[in-house]
Parts: sequence; structure tokens; C-alpha cells
Amino acid sequence: MMGVHATVGATVGIPQALLYYKYFPLWETFLTGLGAEIVVSHSTTKRMINTGTAIAENELCLPVKVFYGHLSDLKDKVDALFVPRVISVEKQSYTCPKFLALPDLARASDSKLPPVLDPIFNSRLGTRDFYSALFDFGKNFTDKKTRVLKAWYSAVGAQRAFQGRMEKGATPVEAIGGILVPPAKGELRIGIAGHPYNVYDPYISLNLIKKLRDWGVDIVTTEMIPPRTLEREAERLPKRLFWSFEKEVVGSAFHWIRTRSVDGIVYVLSFACGPDSLIQVLLEAEAKKRDGMPLMALVIDEHSGEAGMITRIEAFIDMLRWRRMSS
Amino acid sequence: VKVTFPHMGKLDLVLSDLLDRSGVEYVIPPKTSAKTMQLGLRRSPEFACLPLKVTIGNFMEAIENGADTLLMAGGVGPCRFGYYAEIQKCVLREAGYKFDMIVVEPPAAGWRQFIDTLRKLAPGKSIYQIYKLINVSFGKARILDELEKYVLKYRAYEVSQGEMTKAFKQALEVMKPAKTEEEIAEARNRAFTLLKSVEKDMSRECLKVGIIGEFFILLEPFVNLDVEEYLGGMGVSLERSVYLTDWISPSSKNIIMGITDAEIAEAAKPYLNHFVGGEGLPSVGHTVIYAKEGFDGVLHLFPFTCMPDTIAKSILPSISRDFDMPFLSLVIDEQTGRAGTLTRLEAFIDLLESKRKYKRKHKIANKCGDTDGRGHNDREGTTEFVLSR
Repeated sequence: MMGVHATVGATVGIPQALLYYKYFPLWETFLTGLGAEIVVSHSTTKRMINTGTAIAENELCLPVKVFYGHLSDLKDKVDALFVPRVISVEKQSYTCPKFLALPDLARASDSKLPPVLDPIFNSRLGTRDFYSALFDFGKNFTDKKTRVLKAWYSAVGAQRAFQGRMEKGATPVEAIGGILVPPAKGELRIGIAGHPYNVYDPYISLNLIKKLRDWGVDIVTTEMIPPRTLEREAERLPKRLFWSFEKEVVGSAFHWIRTRSVDGIVYVLSFACGPDSLIQVLLEAEAKKRDGMPLMALVIDEHSGEAGMITRIEAFIDMLRWRRMSS
Repeated sequence: VKVTFPHMGKLDLVLSDLLDRSGVEYVIPPKTSAKTMQLGLRRSPEFACLPLKVTIGNFMEAIENGADTLLMAGGVGPCRFGYYAEIQKCVLREAGYKFDMIVVEPPAAGWRQFIDTLRKLAPGKSIYQIYKLINVSFGKARILDELEKYVLKYRAYEVSQGEMTKAFKQALEVMKPAKTEEEIAEARNRAFTLLKSVEKDMSRECLKVGIIGEFFILLEPFVNLDVEEYLGGMGVSLERSVYLTDWISPSSKNIIMGITDAEIAEAAKPYLNHFVGGEGLPSVGHTVIYAKEGFDGVLHLFPFTCMPDTIAKSILPSISRDFDMPFLSLVIDEQTGRAGTLTRLEAFIDLLESKRKYKRKHKIANKCGDTDGRGHNDREGTTEFVLSR
């Protein structure tokens, strides 16, 4: 862990990118419980994307480039950066390779970064290894194991509450910020499938959710479906997907296609995303089965223009409305 | 049943030998060509990595040539390769092809499944017989890799250009018909004699470059534009980080490379502290090792959007800075042109040469030469490897 000895009251930066949208309540509560003061990076701006793109290798996907931008936003404001190595969040699975290397990528991106705190989250290992990794990380702040455990349990509680708010229809941004969810209009319903860091970062997704709502469309997203349902739906694949987050994306799309609970699906993916390039095939094949489910793949990169996207979304919505009228 | 498999360098030699032994009929798809690529591209997902597109093309050509059972490797992640078979199935079925598919999942995904697959590929044979025939066939495959390793290293020293490549082709032909262990041992001697009889000028001061990257790109000459032959012809002595048998074999010893997976991970540790699937960690580890051994430079090849090697590419600049060793990353996809790539390689070689001259002039230590320091004897004339018995 690069010899970080953060004292109580040290400021720890959490980049508002990548897995922030999945685990922020967990991380925040845990770190606060250990005695750290949390600083979250500013929400994504044009300048951050430009900085990130300039630092990053060309071939990296947009969300990682944005993550670099958030690191450089934080680096002069905090004593340490929190970049966990999330290897696996369930048995027999991995996350994307880029998460497996994220702390190393962060360190390689900029030699002037403050120390990087990189606890390992690996559910492939047994419970004992998991907790020993947790205590190892806790040593940065406190020697008291009870304090680490207490912080962890209250963090898990916060994460559960967060999960609950999302299953009631809040997006992660709304659930974290305590923002009210706009009431459903009951007209057109679109499911948005995709990685949370692409879907909910308003700058990356070009404000997709707000735009759809402004046009009178109700939206549901992957995060709003209970994990058990996602798992069950994804089991319909002939071979189990070994990426957890992608399994959730597939599960949500399969769920909407099978239950026909939405009028259409917008699948948000970033250019050069490895897993997305393959699961796109699976989703498109499934959407063609039976009566067919309208599915639009929206590929985003750092050059995406708003006008082009608006045109495509508008056309998609028009198509869904006609479909509804004619049936 | 007519089995087929995708091309990847000398994989066809290895698999046809294996299938001959197990008594299964097979069709070797036509060598990967521009046509293969075109066929594969038309059906493949746009952002998938190049190996998927090329192998889909191989399968399409093989089915057209009468194959009805596709043989493919599986995987447990996190590299995309582990899910290739499913996508190939999906894409080819949608294109209207009729076929069966046998996916060889690694034992890590379950031993029972692995053994069942082997039984399918060797009907009527006991597990012991299967083990035996794999062992003999594998021993032979290792010799092909030894030969290749020798060629990569000494092609730069050949007196008249093209001799080594010619001798290598003959050596492979010598190896092909060998069946029993005695025949294989005898063919090995003949093959090595052929390579060693190529006239060499060992007084040449050749540049030493390590080649790292994603295995399919490294092993398939059509895809990597045959950079190895080109560099050898330019007088660059090469060492490669991936060999077919080391890659197929579940052992972590890497007999041809002469270095264990643990040693590679240890070397990579200061830069990349966890495996990331594919060749991500080996690419980083080998670069550190090559740098420590005083190589002049490293050439990094990988397909566009490859996740593990994109990570490696992001980390290579730190290693290059720390060890003062240049590297060149070439990202390969279906648009890659030969002329552009060769120009960049030429510039890279020029840079390495002038760097070497500069270092010599300023008497900066450069431990280049035959100091391998890897525990295996690998000098001209005495290439000796431990063969599996």
C-alpha cells in the first residue's frame, strides 16, 4: 500500500467517476468511519475530459479517460486518493480488466499524484482473506480492528439503503444526493442499459436521462432492478458471463425484453469498451427474438456531439410512439 | 464428424498432429488471407478485437470447405477471449451456417467438463491413452517452438538474406511426419542441423529487441505483417515473450521461455501489481526483464481495443523512463497497412542504433550480448532444452 500513514482527519479524495456510481455510499461511510475526511471531485466538465484525454493512452475507453481527469482535479486538494482495486464482487467472476489495474494505471498516469490508497476487494477469495485485506487497509488509519469492523458494517448498511432507494426508481445520482424522483407520466417507458459510469455521468451520456424525461419519457435503468432478478435473467445465457457488471447489463435488458415492461431499450456503450463489444451481440440477438424489442445502441466517445445524439433519440422515440399507436 | 479450428501461427501443425493421433477427421481452414479477414469482418461486431474477427473468418472458410464441427478454446476471464466461442456461435448461426461446436474450457472451469471434452475429441480412448498422446504430441510441438526461438535469435546473423527462413521451412517439413518418440528425437536433430548449417556472421553487432504483446497477434504472421522476418532481415536479433506451447500448456513453468509465471509477476510488481487477463501482466513483466538484461528496445504488438495490453501500454512509459530503454507500441487492426508499419519500425531501429552509438561514445554500461542470466543455456550451437518425457 505504498507506505501511506494517513492520520485521523486526513483528507481522502474520491473521484466522481467509474465505480463511484456503484459504491460511493459504501466507500464514504467506511472511510468516514475510519476517521478520514472525504473530498469528492467536481462533477465531470469539458476541461476534465480534455485533461484526461491528454494524459491517457489513445486506446483507453472514455470512462477511464474521464477518471484521469477526476484524478487531476483532486490531486492538489487532498492528502491521499482512494482508488480501490475491485477485482471481483461475487464468486467466480471478475470486473473489467481495467478495474483490476486501476491503482497501477492511476500511478502510471501522473508521477505527481498524492499517495494512492488501493484496498483490494476480491470476493473470489474466502471470507477470511476478505477481512484480512480490510484490516490491512484499516491500518492506514487505526490499529483497532473493532473500529474497522464497525466502519465496515455501517458502510454495508449505507450501501443497502442506497440499493433500496434505487430499486424504488431513483438513479444513483438521485439516491446519493437525496434528490426527488420525478413522478412517472405513464406514457412511454424506455429502459436504459449500460454501465452506470456511462449512463449517469451527465457529461459522458450528454444528459441522456434528463433529455428523455424532458420529452415526457419515463425511464428505468439497470440499477433499478433487484440484483436477484438480474442474476436470474442473465442465467439464460448459454455460457455464464464472467464479468459481474456486464452480467447486470445483460440481465436488465433480458428482463425488459422478456417481460415487455418497456417500449424500447437504449443501450449506452463507450467506444473501445471490451466487454460491451461482445455483449452488444448478445443483446441484439435476444431483442430480435419473438415479436422483437426496439433496441438502439448509443456509442459514446470523447468526440460525441449533442446534436447528433438528440436527432437519433428523437427518431427513436417517434418510432416507439408510432409502434404504440399502430398496435 | 469433420473438426476444424482457427489458425494461429503454427497451431495447425500442432492440432493436426494431435487429431491424427486421436483418430479424428479434420479440415484445416485455408491460410489466413485478406479474404479471410474480409469474410470475418462482415459478420463480426465492430468493436471486437481483431482475433475474433479473423477466427470467425477462418471458421467461415472451413465450413465452406466441408467442416461441421468447430473446435475452440474457452476461458474464465477477465479477457474477452474467454467468451469468444459464444459470440462466434451467435454470429455464425445468425449468418446461416450449420455446425456443432466443441469448446475446450480450461480445467479451471471444472475438471469433469474438461475430461468430457477430451473424450469427445478422442472417441474410444481411455484417459490414460489421451494423456499419453497429448504428451507425445506436445513434446513435438515444443520442438517447433525451440526451432522458432532459434530462428528469431539468429536470423539477424545470416550471411545471405532469406537463408534462415528457408531452413526453418525445411525444418518444419522434417518435423511433420515424425510420429513415435524416437522419430521425433531424430527429426529434432535433423531440424536443428538444418538451422545450424545456415552460414552466420557472429561478429555482427546486432541490435537486441524483445517482442511482447497479445498472443494471437504475436503468433499469427499474417496479422502481424510478419514483423519478425522483417526485423530479422534488418539485422535485429529477437526474443519473443509468447510461444505457442507455453501458452497452451496449463503449467506456469513456460519451458520455452525459461521463466516461470511467478518470476514474470515479480518483475512486473512495481508497475502492475495484479494480473489483468490476457498478456497484460506478462507484457509488463517481460519488458522489465528485457530492460534488466540490457536489451536495446522492446516492440509491443496488440489488437485495437485489447483491454489487457492497452493497460500494459499505459504502464510501459514508466518502465521505459526508469530503465532508459525505448519501446514502440503498434496497435493492429483490420485497417493496419504494411508500408506504414514498416516505416515506423525502420525509424525505431534507427533510433535504437543511434542510442547504442551514443551510449558507447559516452561509455554508458550496456550489458548487451549473450548474457542471458535466466538459468538456461542458450548459446549458439548448444541450444539445449529440457524436453518433456
